[in-house]
Amino acid sequence: MWESFGFEFVNFYFIPGLVLGCIYALGAIGITLTFGILRFANFAHGELMMMGAYLTWTIMAIATAVLGIAVHPLLAAIPASIVVIYLFFWTDKFFYKPFRKADTIKVVMASFGMMLILRSAVQVIWGPNQLTFVPGIAKPNPSLLGWSSDIGAMLLIPNKHLFIFAGTILFVVVLSYILNRTRIGKAMRAVSDSPDLAHVTGIDVDQVIRATWIVGGVCAIAAGVFLAMDIQMLETTMGFRMLLPMFAAAILGGIGKPYGAVVGGLVIGLSEELSAYPWIGDAPLLSPGYKTGVAFAIMVVMLIVRPQGLFKGRSF
Amino acid sequence: MSVLSLNNLYAGYGQTEVLHDVSIFVNPNEIVAIIGPNGAGKSTAMKSVLGLLTINSGNVELNGKDITNTPAAEVVRLGISYVPQTQNVFVNLSVQENLEMGAWTRPLGIRERLAEMFELFPDLGEKRNQAAGSLSGGQRQMVAMAKALMVDAKILLLDEPTAGLSPKYRGEIFTTIQKIKSTGVPILIVEQNAKQALGVADRGYVLVDGANRYTGKGKELLEDREIARMFLGGGH
Amino acid sequence: MEAYLGYFLYFLSLATVGGIYAIFALGLNVQWGFAGLFNVGIVGFAAVGAYTYALLTTAESTFHYGGLDLPLPVGMFVAMVASAVIAGVIGLICIRLRSDYLAIATIGIAEIIKLILKNETEVTNGPRGINKIPRAWEHFSEERFYSSWPMSWFNTPDGWAVFFDALPNWWWQPCFAATVLFCMYVIYRMLERARISPWGRMMTAIRENEPAARASGKNVTARRVEAFVIGAAIMGFAGALFAQHLRLIEPTNTFDPAKVTFLVWVMLILGGSGNNRGAMLGAFLIWTIWSASELMISGIIDLAGYVFQTFDTGLLATRAGFLRMMLIGILMQVVLQKYPAGILPEVRPASPRSNK
Repeated sequence: MWESFGFEFVNFYFIPGLVLGCIYALGAIGITLTFGILRFANFAHGELMMMGAYLTWTIMAIATAVLGIAVHPLLAAIPASIVVIYLFFWTDKFFYKPFRKADTIKVVMASFGMMLILRSAVQVIWGPNQLTFVPGIAKPNPSLLGWSSDIGAMLLIPNKHLFIFAGTILFVVVLSYILNRTRIGKAMRAVSDSPDLAHVTGIDVDQVIRATWIVGGVCAIAAGVFLAMDIQMLETTMGFRMLLPMFAAAILGGIGKPYGAVVGGLVIGLSEELSAYPWIGDAPLLSPGYKTGVAFAIMVVMLIVRPQGLFKGRSF
Repeated sequence: MSVLSLNNLYAGYGQTEVLHDVSIFVNPNEIVAIIGPNGAGKSTAMKSVLGLLTINSGNVELNGKDITNTPAAEVVRLGISYVPQTQNVFVNLSVQENLEMGAWTRPLGIRERLAEMFELFPDLGEKRNQAAGSLSGGQRQMVAMAKALMVDAKILLLDEPTAGLSPKYRGEIFTTIQKIKSTGVPILIVEQNAKQALGVADRGYVLVDGANRYTGKGKELLEDREIARMFLGGGH
Repeated sequence: MEAYLGYFLYFLSLATVGGIYAIFALGLNVQWGFAGLFNVGIVGFAAVGAYTYALLTTAESTFHYGGLDLPLPVGMFVAMVASAVIAGVIGLICIRLRSDYLAIATIGIAEIIKLILKNETEVTNGPRGINKIPRAWEHFSEERFYSSWPMSWFNTPDGWAVFFDALPNWWWQPCFAATVLFCMYVIYRMLERARISPWGRMMTAIRENEPAARASGKNVTARRVEAFVIGAAIMGFAGALFAQHLRLIEPTNTFDPAKVTFLVWVMLILGGSGNNRGAMLGAFLIWTIWSASELMISGIIDLAGYVFQTFDTGLLATRAGFLRMMLIGILMQVVLQKYPAGILPEVRPASPRSNK
C-alpha cells in the first residue's frame, strides 16, 4: 500500500499541498481581519507580503556582506517585519484612512492602486528579475527520514518545510491567544462584529485598526518569507500570484473568521496540489498548468452556494 | 444642577432637520422618559447627545460642561453610557467579553465591577461564557445594559429597551431600570411603551414633530386625558 | 520633410492607441460610471476579444486553432459576443453580492482566462502567442485578401501587388487611425444616447439610491448585469482592435494587468467617471503622458550615460518603466482623494421634460 500509493502521494502531493496551505492560511488571516474590521478587500496584501520577503532577503544579504555570516531567514524577517508594519501604517494613513467614511469601493480602489504602486516599487528597487533566496537543494530531514523508514513509511520532508509547519502552528496559537485572551484581541473581534456599536461603546477604533495591521502584517510577512523559503527564490509576481488563493481562502472560511481563513488556506493549498494527482488512471486529474485555477473554482462555487463561507462569516 | 441637559436644540441628519427647539434635562437620581409618536425625533434627541448627528444650534451639557458635537467615543469617556435600540451587543463575543468591552474606558477595577454586574443581573452570571448572540432578546437587553454600566456612568441612555420584547421581559426590564436607578445612576429612556415608561419615570417629555409638546411628572402625564387619548392607546 | 513625416506617424500612433484605450475607458464607464460595478478584470475581457478576433481572422496556421480566415468585421463582432457571454456568467453569479466580491471575481476570471490561453497550446499556441493578425486596411495588401473576392473582382492579384508597392509603406496608418477614432465616436454616440435614455436614468437612480430603486419595483440586479455585459462587449471590441494594432499577441506581456486594467482605470478616474467625454479625454491624456514619458526617460538615461561614463544605462532603462508605473499609480491616488470627480465631472442627465 505504502509502496505503491502512499510514498508518492504523501511526499509529492500531500506535503507540498500542506506547505502551500500553510502559506495561504497565514496570508488569508490578514485579508480576513482587514475585511472584517476595516470592511474592505485589501488588494495590496499580497504585495506587502512580497515586500516582506524582499526586505528579508536584503537583510540577509547585508548580514552576509558586512558580518560575513549567514542569517536564517526567520531571524532576518524580524527587522523586516518592523519595516513592513510601518508600511502598512503608512498606506493606511495616506491611502485608506481618507476613505474610511466614504463608500467601501473607494478604499478597494485605493488598495488596488497600492498593489500596483508597491509592485512597481519592488521592481524599481530590486529589479524585475528573479533573485535566489536560499541557494542549494533542500535535502530531506535525515532523522525524520530514518524514523519514518523504521515504521515503514518513508517521509521526505526537508527542514524548510518543517520550519513552515512549526511556524504556522506557532502563529495560529499566538493568534488565538491574542484574539481570545487579550483586551485588544477581544476588541478586534468586537469591531469586526459591529463597528458602530464599538464606536458608541467607547472602544478606541483607531487603536484596534493599528493592531489589525500589526497582526495581519506579521502573518503576511511570515507567509511571504515561508513562500520564499519554499520556492527558494523571489520574483515580483509572487505577491499577485498569492492574492487570489488568499482571497479564496478568506471567502471559503467566512469573512472575518481568522480560524476559517486558516482552514480555508489549508483546503485551497491541498486542493491545488492534489488536483494534479492521478486520481483516475495515470494522467494528472488536472493539468498542473491549471493548478492556480483551482482556488478560483472553489471560490466561485462558494460564492454561488454559500457566500457566508464555511464558518458563517459575514455575507454581504 | 442637572446631570444632562439639552438646551434649545436644533439638530438632524445632514440637511434634514429633525429637532426644532428641543429642551430636555435629567436631574441626579431621576428616571426621565421621552415618549411620543413614531418619527417624533425621540431617538434623534438621544443621538444628538452622542455627537452622531449635525447640531445646527443649541447645546448639550453634562454637569454644566458643554459637550456639543463631541465624538461618541469621547462622550462615553466622559461618563455617558448609551444602549442603542438594535444591535446593542457583540453577538460573537461571550457575555463576559461584552462586559469587558463595555469597560474599555475604565482604567481599574474591572473585575470588581464585573462581579457587581453579575450581582445586579443574576441571569447573566450563569451565562457569562455563552455567546451573546445565542441569548434571547430580553437577556441581550440585559447584557447591553450591563455592558453600558461597566464604566462609572454619570448617566445611562436607553433607546427603546423594550422594543420587540414579550410583555414578561418588558416588566423585567422596567424592574431592572428601577434597580439601576437605586444604585445612583440617573437614566434617560426613550420608549414606545409610554404607559409603562411613565409608570417608572420621575418625569416625562412628550415630543411631537421634533418639538417639546408636554412636560411633567410621570404620574401627571399618565393621568392627563389628552396625552392618554393621543399616545396611550384610546381615551380612558 | 522626413522629420515631419516621423512626427506625423508618431501622432497617428498616439491617436490610434489612445483611441483604443478610449474605447476601453468607455466600456469601463458603462460598468463603473453608470452602474457602479468595480471591474478589475478588464485585461481578461480584452484578451478574450483579442484572441477571438485573432483565431477567427488569421490565415490557416499549424500553430493554433484555425485561423478561420473569416472577414474582419465578423471577427470583431464575435469578439464582442464572446466577451459579453463571459461577463454575463460572472455578472449572474457575483452582482447580487457586495461590490468587493465582484472585484475579486473579475480579477480572478482575468487570471483564469490568461491561464487557459497559456495552457491550451493546441488552440492558442500557448505562451508563444498568435502572430500575423490582420490589421484593418493594411490587410488589403496581404495576398490572401487581394487574391480573393471581393478585391479580386476589381483587379488581378498582380495588379493589386503593383498597386500596393506603389504606395508608401505607411499608407494604412492614417486609415487605421481614422477607423479606430470612428469606432470610438460611434460607441460614444451610442452611450450618450443610452445615458439620457430611461435606461440610463434608471442606472443613475440605482447607483445613487439602491433601496429606493428596488422599492419602486426596478429589477436592480438585471439592470446591473446588463450594464456589466454591455461594458464587457465594448471591452471585447477594444481588445480586438488592440490585437489588430499589435499584430502579435501572447498571454503574459500583452495582457499585463498593470498595462491594461490599471491604465484604463486611471484614465477613467482622471477623465471623470460617469462622463463619456471624460473617459475619452482621460484616455488620450494618460496615453500621451505614458508614451511621451517613455521617450523623455530614455532621453534622460542616454544623457546620464553620456555624462557619467560609469553609468549602467541598461539597468536604469529596464527599471525606468516600473518607475513610470509607480508614478501613474500615485497620480491615481491623488486624483481619487483630491479630485474624485475627475477633469470632466459627471453631468446628471436632465429629465426629458426640461430638455426640450
